[in-house]
Amino acid sequence: MARHKSGGDRLIRLSLLLVALSAISVLAIITIFIFEQGLPIMAKYGLKNFLLGQDWFPSEQSFGLLPMIVGSLLVTLGALVIGVPLGLASAIFLTEFSNRRLSGFLKPVIELLAGIPSVVYGFLGLMFLVPFIRKNFGGPGLSVLAASIILGIMILPTIISIAIDAIRAVPDSYREGSIALGATRWQTVRMVVLPAARSGLVAGIILGMGRAIGETMAVIMVAGNAADLPGSLLAPVRTLTSNIALEMAYASGEHRQALFATGVILFVIIMILNFLANLAARKQFRK
Amino acid sequence: MSSLNLTIWLLLLVFCFFAFPACRSHSVSSEIVVAGSTSIQPFADEWAELFMSKNNKVNINVQGGGSSAGIMAVKEGSANIGMSSRELKEDERDLKEIIIAYDGLAIIVHPANPVNSLAIDQVQSIFAGEITSWKMLNGLDQNITVVVREEGSGTRGAFQEMVMGPRRISKKAIVEDSNGVVREIVSRDENSIGFISLGLVNDQVKPVALDGVKPTEEAIVHNNYRLRRPFLFLSRQEPQGLAKEFIDFVLSAEIQSRLPQEGLIPAQKITGDRRF
Amino acid sequence: MKEKFRLQPRAEQKIVQVFLYFLTSVAVLVLFFILAVILKNGLPQLSLEFLTKNPAHMGREGGIFSTVVATIYLTFIALLVATPLGVGTAIYLTEYTFEGTVTRIIRFGAECLAGIPSIIFGLFGFILFVNKLKFGWSILSGGLTLAFMVLPTIIRTSEEAIKSVPAAYRLVSYSLGSTRWQTVTKVVLPSAAPGIVTGVILSIGRSIGETAAVIFTAGSALHLPSSIFSSARTMSVHFYILAREGISMPKAYGTAAVLVIAILLINIITYYLMGKYIGRSSRS
Repeated sequence: MARHKSGGDRLIRLSLLLVALSAISVLAIITIFIFEQGLPIMAKYGLKNFLLGQDWFPSEQSFGLLPMIVGSLLVTLGALVIGVPLGLASAIFLTEFSNRRLSGFLKPVIELLAGIPSVVYGFLGLMFLVPFIRKNFGGPGLSVLAASIILGIMILPTIISIAIDAIRAVPDSYREGSIALGATRWQTVRMVVLPAARSGLVAGIILGMGRAIGETMAVIMVAGNAADLPGSLLAPVRTLTSNIALEMAYASGEHRQALFATGVILFVIIMILNFLANLAARKQFRK
Repeated sequence: MSSLNLTIWLLLLVFCFFAFPACRSHSVSSEIVVAGSTSIQPFADEWAELFMSKNNKVNINVQGGGSSAGIMAVKEGSANIGMSSRELKEDERDLKEIIIAYDGLAIIVHPANPVNSLAIDQVQSIFAGEITSWKMLNGLDQNITVVVREEGSGTRGAFQEMVMGPRRISKKAIVEDSNGVVREIVSRDENSIGFISLGLVNDQVKPVALDGVKPTEEAIVHNNYRLRRPFLFLSRQEPQGLAKEFIDFVLSAEIQSRLPQEGLIPAQKITGDRRF
Repeated sequence: MKEKFRLQPRAEQKIVQVFLYFLTSVAVLVLFFILAVILKNGLPQLSLEFLTKNPAHMGREGGIFSTVVATIYLTFIALLVATPLGVGTAIYLTEYTFEGTVTRIIRFGAECLAGIPSIIFGLFGFILFVNKLKFGWSILSGGLTLAFMVLPTIIRTSEEAIKSVPAAYRLVSYSLGSTRWQTVTKVVLPSAAPGIVTGVILSIGRSIGETAAVIFTAGSALHLPSSIFSSARTMSVHFYILAREGISMPKAYGTAAVLVIAILLINIITYYLMGKYIGRSSRS
C-alpha cells in the first residue's frame, strides 16, 4: 500500500516538474523563435548597420534602427522624469503627511486605475494632450513630449502603489526613534524612512520603466512615429515597439525579418535594463 | 468562501449570457475568409454585410492585415480571397487576380487650408521634405506637417511609384498605419498634408487638385487625374463556391453601380492600361 | 554657499509639505480626470442594446456584442491553458521540491517572461500559432498567446498563496496518514484558493485590456465568432480601431466605458478577495 502510494507520488512529482518547466519552455520557445527569425538578417547586413544606421527604408534594404533605439530610450526616460517624481511624492505624501482615511481611500482607488488598458491612455492623449501641445508649443503635437507624458501617467499607479507598500513596510520604531531625537517629520522621512524603503522604491521604478519601454499601442497613438532621430521634444519619434506594430501587417520577406530583428534588439535592451536596475537595487540594499 | 462561490457563479452567468447567443451561429453552413489591404477592407466589410443579409447561412469573414499579408494568406490557404491595393510582384504572379474597382489616390489637407491646388512636382518636394512651409506655396506662414503611410503599405507603394518616383519620402514625416488614421490626423491639424484612398475622403478633409485637375470620377476615368490604382481580389485557383458567389456579387451591377457614391470607380469603366 | 543658506527645519518641512501636496494633487487629479472623461462621455452611450447588438458599418452603428463575446472567448481560452500550468508550477515549486538550482531557474524564467513586452508575445504568437501551426488569425491563436502572457502572474500569485498556508495544516494532514497529493488537493489548495483566484482574476483583467498581442494573433474581424478558429475582434482592439481611425467617437467612448467598468469591477473583486484572504491568513 505504502509503496503503491509512493509510486503514484513519484509520477505526480514528475508530471508537476514537467508542468513547472512550462514557464521556462515558454520563455525558451519565444526567445528561439524571435532570434531565429531576426538573427539571420542581422548577420547578413551586419550588426553595426542595425544598431548605428540612421536610415530605415526597408524597401531599399536599409535597416538602420538607431532612431528607434534612441526613441525608445528617450521616451522611457521622459516617462520616468514625469512618473517618478509625481509617483514618489504622492506615495510619501499619502503615507507620511496625510491622515489615514485619505490614504486608505486613495490607495485602492489608484491601484484600481493601474488596470485601465493602455489604449485608453493613448486615446485621451490623442484627444486632449496632442492638440494642447500643438497649440501651445508648436509642432505637430504628436511628439516625444506627448508620448513621455502619456507613458509617465500610465506608470503612475504602478509606482505609487509599490512605493506606498515599501514605505509602509518600514517599521514604526525607526520613525519614533528619529522623532525622539528631535528630527522633524520631513527630516525623518528623508534620512530614515526613504533610505530604509529604498529597495522597494527602486523595484517600483523598475517595474514602471519596464511598462514604459514595452508599451506599444498608447505610444503609436501619440508619438507620430517618424523614423528619424528626434531633433527636439516636439518632434515625432518612433520606438522599437511601435516600429514592429506599425509595419508588421504589411511586411514580407526581409522587411519582416528586420522587424523580428527589431524585436531581438528590444529583447536585449530590456534584459540589459532589468539587469542594471536589479544590480543597482541590490547595491543600494547592501548599503 | 461563499463570496468566492458567488463570484464564480456570477462570472459563469455573465459568460453564459454572452456565450449562448454565439453558439447559435454554429448553424452557419459555410464560411470564407477575405483578407488583405486595409484600403479595401472598409468597402469589403460593407459588401460582406450586404451579401450576408441576402444569404442567411453564410459567413464572410473580412480581415485587414495589409496587402502583403493578404497575398501571403491566399498563397498559404488561410484566406480564400486576398485583397491587394498594389500590383503583384514578380513572385506573386501565380495568383488569379480580379479587378473589382479602381481607386484614386487623393492628396488631402485640412479644410481650412487656403491651398487648393498643387503641381505634381510641388507634392513631390513637400513629401521629400524640401518644401517645409505653406508660405512657399502661397499658403499661411506655417510649417507643413507631412503625414504618410508606413513602409510596406500598398497606398504608400502606389504613392511612391506614381508621385515620388526615385525620390525618398522624408524621414521627418509622421507615419501612421491606415488610411483612416491619416485622415483623422489631417482633419485635426490645420498645417498637415497626407495621401489616402479617394474612396475614404470625407468632409473633414479637403482633397487638393493636382496640376489643376480635381480628383473626380470623370477625371480619373479619362486619365486627367493621374493618381489611380486597381483594387484586386486574389485567389489561388479559379474561385469556386462561396468565394465565387461573393466575387460575382461584388462585380454585379448592384454593387458596381453604388461604387461612385463611395468614391470608387467601377471596374468596367476603365479598359486597357490599368495605371496612368 | 549651500551650507550657509540653510532653511530652518520647520520652514523646510512646511515647504516640502506644500510641494508634496501639490504633486500629489496633480497625480490624483490627472488619474481622476481620465476616469471622469471616459465615464462622462461613455456612460450616456451605454444601454442594453449597446451590449447586445452587433456592430454595423464598421462599428459606426450598432453595439459591441460580437466584441464582448470575442473578449470572453479569448480570455476563457487563455485561462483554460494558463491556470493549470501556472498552479501546477506553483505546486511543484512549493510542495514537491526543495529550493535549489531547478526552482531558481524556473523562477528566473517566470520573472523574465513577466518582463517581456506584449508586442513580442504578439510577434511570437503570429509566427508560431498563426503561421507555423496554421491556426490563422483566430480566437485559438489569440487565446494561447494571452495564456503565455499571463502565465507568470498566475505562477507568482499561486506560489504566494500556497506558501502562506500554515505548515501546521500540512502536518495535521500527514499525521492522519494522507499522501502528499491528498494533502495538496484536500488541504493546501482549498485554503490557498482565494489567493489563486485573485491571480486568475488579475489575469482576466490583463487579457481584457491587452491590444498589441491580440491584434496580431486574433485579427480584427468584426463578426460574431463561430468557432475557436474564426478570427475575432476584442473590445480593446475594437476601441483602438474606432478611436484611432475616427470611425465614431461616441461608440469609442462607449466601448472604453465598458472596458473600464469591466476592469474596475474585476479589480474591486480582486481587492475584496485579497482583503479577506490577508485578513484570514494573518489571523491564523
